[in-house]
Amino acid sequence: MTDRMLTYREAVREAMTQAMRRDPEIVVMGEDIGIYQGSFGVTGQMYKEFGDRIIDTPISESAFVGCAIGAAMEGMRPIVEIMFSDFMTVCWDMLVNQAAKMHFMFGGKLSVPMVLRTAAGSGTGASAQHSQSLEAMLCHVPGLKVVAPSTPADAKGLLLAAIADNNPVIFLEQKTLYPTTGPVPEAADPVPLGKAATLRKGTDCTIVSYGRMVPRCLKAADMLEKQGITVDVIDLRTLLPMDKDAVRRSVKKTGHLVIVHEAVKTGGLGGEIAAAVTESDAFYALKAPVARLASRDVPVPFSPVLEEGVLPDEAAIAATVRQLVR
Amino acid sequence: MEQKEELLAKMYYRMNQARFFEEKVSWFNSKGKINGSVHLAIGQEASSVASCLALDEKDFITMTHRCHAQAIGQGMDVKKMMAELLGKETGYCQGKGGSLHLSNMADHNVGSNDVPGMGYNLACGIALAQMLQKTGNIVLCFGGDGSTNEGDFHEALNLASVKQLPVIFFIENNYYSVSTAIEDHMKVESITDRAAAYEIPAVSIDGNDALEVYDATQKAAEFVRSGEGPMLIESCTYRMCGHDSSDLQLYRSKEEMEEWSQYDPIANLKNQLKEDQLMTDEVLRQLEENAKRSVNEAADFAENAPEPSLEAVLDSVYA
Repeated sequence: MTDRMLTYREAVREAMTQAMRRDPEIVVMGEDIGIYQGSFGVTGQMYKEFGDRIIDTPISESAFVGCAIGAAMEGMRPIVEIMFSDFMTVCWDMLVNQAAKMHFMFGGKLSVPMVLRTAAGSGTGASAQHSQSLEAMLCHVPGLKVVAPSTPADAKGLLLAAIADNNPVIFLEQKTLYPTTGPVPEAADPVPLGKAATLRKGTDCTIVSYGRMVPRCLKAADMLEKQGITVDVIDLRTLLPMDKDAVRRSVKKTGHLVIVHEAVKTGGLGGEIAAAVTESDAFYALKAPVARLASRDVPVPFSPVLEEGVLPDEAAIAATVRQLVR
Repeated sequence: MEQKEELLAKMYYRMNQARFFEEKVSWFNSKGKINGSVHLAIGQEASSVASCLALDEKDFITMTHRCHAQAIGQGMDVKKMMAELLGKETGYCQGKGGSLHLSNMADHNVGSNDVPGMGYNLACGIALAQMLQKTGNIVLCFGGDGSTNEGDFHEALNLASVKQLPVIFFIENNYYSVSTAIEDHMKVESITDRAAAYEIPAVSIDGNDALEVYDATQKAAEFVRSGEGPMLIESCTYRMCGHDSSDLQLYRSKEEMEEWSQYDPIANLKNQLKEDQLMTDEVLRQLEENAKRSVNEAADFAENAPEPSLEAVLDSVYA
């Protein structure tokens, strides 16, 4: 069964479809998600099965995200699609001041079970306003949960968990991952939020990553293995709440930590991951400084040479690990 | 007929309750017993209270930052309100929201929003849920003149119109956005002109005439409930107090304030009740006294209520 291969895009669609068949309170809202099938083709032909539960909205992120929040407060379980994650800044108030705060400031008497799915990250030539990785900004807001799956199976399982969660969950789908394939179980089994996955086991170094950079870390691990260096590769999967224990446990074993993310380095989650180790007893296991590999601190450039050039590749990841463990 | 008398008595009672409540809040604030600033609606009671009374029991309201009269109009308990304003454990939101974030979801009061203009979208969502769940309930969404300049107001009206959502945008026009006079913050003659851009039917009413507010809201509720789509009401009123506790009101003339004080909505309703409805002085006085007593009891309750525990502060970050 698990040999069935799906694309990441199909896995997201399958999660929504299976959840919607079970729960009539789930609706999907967003721009051009009906007959147009979504800008990245994620909703596909769902409009045929679900009719008016697939709600095309005017271009007005604040209005439809706010509308989803209101509907969620009143018993629905909306999934909203924001075409590009950069457009979250257009409805920042709805995420930061509304969705994240409602449960707390109203004394726990209402909740916002909403999932906001959005296409994030660079790699498609979409340039500076359509390619950002803004997850660190989201993780700075208590009340939100932030998820960034790297595989089709996790895309499905984590989305099912996000839909079942009673909090606002921001679900970041790295857009270059949409056509990637992997085995995906047919059953609608959620993958729990807040749990990292260790994708590779080793003894010399811990590589922590998420989203688009995970496949690069795995390639780096392959390269290193040929040179006799074995590593743990930890895919965080959920960024808020973060599975810091998984990172600490691994570092205690390996004594080295390399963090890899696509978002720019300054103010990025790498700092938070490093602090999770240095403020715990895992600090004493470190045999070398922590290394962070991330995008250079620039807006995402257009030229493919520059767009790729500002990011760490597998060779850079492998080289960093080699240097640390030497 | 008796039913109408009951309604009018309730209207007069709640408007008085709102006025006494805010006078007490103002007093607490001056004594430093309220953390931060408060936004009072003295002078806007007809608008806030009579509109709520025109709704059915299961209908929803969403409120603005100037929410005390709206909350009392919708029937919130002044004890739990006052306790919340004093940041106490037994307040509506366990002291986590305060004056700016009152809510009572159990009775379909979805709460107040302190970011001007951001409540319109949420009201659309509540309305969407009613439409999809076919409950027949509608949403009364309070707003103010200043926040109709926010992009979100326009996005929400457009969405509500396109999706035919059962929501009344009830805009309390008190002619000032904090200190900025309406002629300096919008060019259109009336807020109803803005609804026209979205083909939303709209009326402008005298918001200091409680009976007119009630009638207009009732008609709008009927329209919206029938599935015809949203409506907008511009309720013209006047804030007979500062924007918040630190406002010296230097931006408007004493003459203007004096002129409006002659048109106090509570005195207005009192005259109507006496002259047109033949309500006796004795009945009116009794209603006023009852309202005052309820507020005094609320103040005692709140002052003696327990403080929230710091240990529990993280409890409701996540559901």
